[in-house]
Amino acid sequence: MRPVGIIALRELSDGLRNRRVIATTLLMAALALTLALLGSAPTGTVGVSQLAVTVVGLSSLTVFLVPLIALLIAHDAIAGELDRGTLTLLLSYPVARWQVLAGKFIGHALILAIATVLGYGIAGFALAYASPGWGGEATTAFAAMVGTSVLLGAAFLSLGYLISASVRDPRTAAGLAMGAWLFFVLLYDMALLGVLVADQGRTLTLGVMNVLLLANPTDIYRLLNLTGVSHTSLLAGMAGLADQVRLDRITLFAALVAWIAIPLAAAGVIFARRQI
Amino acid sequence: MNDTVATLEGVSKRYGAHRAVDRVDFSLSAGERVALVGHNGAGKSTLIKLMLGLVRPSEGRVEVLGADPGSRASGAARRSIGFLPENVVFHPSVTGAELLAFYARLKRQPVSRNAALLERVGIADAASRRIGTYSKGMRQRLGLAQALIGRPRVLLLDEPTTGLDPALRQSFYGIVGELAAGGASVLLSSHALAELENTTDRVVVLNQGAIVADGTLGELRRQSDAPTRIRVTLANQSVASCSGLLGNDLACIKVSEQVFEVSCPEPAKLETLRRIIGASLPLSDVAVISPTLDEIYAGFLRREAAQ
Repeated sequence: MRPVGIIALRELSDGLRNRRVIATTLLMAALALTLALLGSAPTGTVGVSQLAVTVVGLSSLTVFLVPLIALLIAHDAIAGELDRGTLTLLLSYPVARWQVLAGKFIGHALILAIATVLGYGIAGFALAYASPGWGGEATTAFAAMVGTSVLLGAAFLSLGYLISASVRDPRTAAGLAMGAWLFFVLLYDMALLGVLVADQGRTLTLGVMNVLLLANPTDIYRLLNLTGVSHTSLLAGMAGLADQVRLDRITLFAALVAWIAIPLAAAGVIFARRQI
Repeated sequence: MNDTVATLEGVSKRYGAHRAVDRVDFSLSAGERVALVGHNGAGKSTLIKLMLGLVRPSEGRVEVLGADPGSRASGAARRSIGFLPENVVFHPSVTGAELLAFYARLKRQPVSRNAALLERVGIADAASRRIGTYSKGMRQRLGLAQALIGRPRVLLLDEPTTGLDPALRQSFYGIVGELAAGGASVLLSSHALAELENTTDRVVVLNQGAIVADGTLGELRRQSDAPTRIRVTLANQSVASCSGLLGNDLACIKVSEQVFEVSCPEPAKLETLRRIIGASLPLSDVAVISPTLDEIYAGFLRREAAQ
């Protein structure tokens, strides 16, 4: 296990050094603060918790931003090091390939977690300071949102690793990573919506719908955050869907964890069999 | 000197129809300095990767320090192997000392010995500078320092002298010599054949994945059909036609007004010299030019191509 820790620490310190962590944290904090302040403007009279509004806004932002950041970090992990020759060197050391993969993943996940928790945490505290009267339920929703954002990031890190372990050229990996982002974040939901409208509920049963939603980590994330709390689901316009979809939080959570574990395991198998 | 540290037996590596390494038999003894010579794509890097277990052989057996380098049991052996890859690009924002500390930890070696390693390769002054500010030669020396962590018993160096100026090359081969004297085996690949004279014990010539020659430089000279040239300078007599001077059976070309060159196979060198001296010519100077490694190499490739 020792090499895993050494490699994870190296990735983390590289991330801190090349200002990736700081840049990501600042970006997330800035966007979160903007949303928080904009969100707090109209709520005074309607009686909806400001934090609930912020959770909805931030969740929608996270779905776009966090997968992008994760894929940007992860796509280079194997293919880039292979291209620079450092992977060949690393594997000549007494280190197993799974240890290289695990160490890098832990390091990158830590980078993402620090940036998310700090970035969103700053916004959360700013909001709490500005309006002290926010409810306990909204606080839980906010904390859950930050936690699931990290998990969503980890799922896309896994996907990025799978891409990076499968191709030889880092530019191919970058292209595929952007393709994966477009597919999961934009195209998938559009296509799903299109099919739903065209089908008019004839063949697409609720069971199929549930599976289709679980097949995309961003949809799992949306269901976890936008339907969890009554206020938020009303605000997000997800109330209708939330009533229909019979997926409890444990299933959703397990599915998100599976989205982390399965692509990472696949990346491990591909990497182990690869000729360097 | 005869304890073998690495053995390859009938090793081939195929990528599709292409044979990157073709039935190679090769062994490396303790304290030996061996050079792998061949043009780009001749299989030098693949051979080194086979010995590191990064590439699995299609057929044959590889053993380094008593273990199959691709197996799980090779962990202990790997701690005694130093490797310098070709064209390695280290992270530009870390310092030399930090990079070396990372690799020392992975090899479970005390980080405190790294300063001495940096001193040894001559970049101790730059230890706390970022690698992005290093020159190509300094990066190459940092790579070498990395390979020296933990006093390895086997050093595999892929093109270690590219980017080094002549003075640095000399100091590099000085380090290689010290390591070999201390019992380490050094296998290095190179394009620059001239620098291998007097710095290596054995030269292995690779062509299209197969070993075409393996021996000391003297042995290679004898095996190769690259001719030895004898340059004769005459005193106050111009060379009209040199075949008229020595007879028609010697290959001979006129170099300048008073200088001509006789080519002969290495074994016939002494006899040819006797003939030149016995030919009662007004000799001013006779110089024997042994074939350089480049010419030997070209000779082997010619012979391979003819077959």
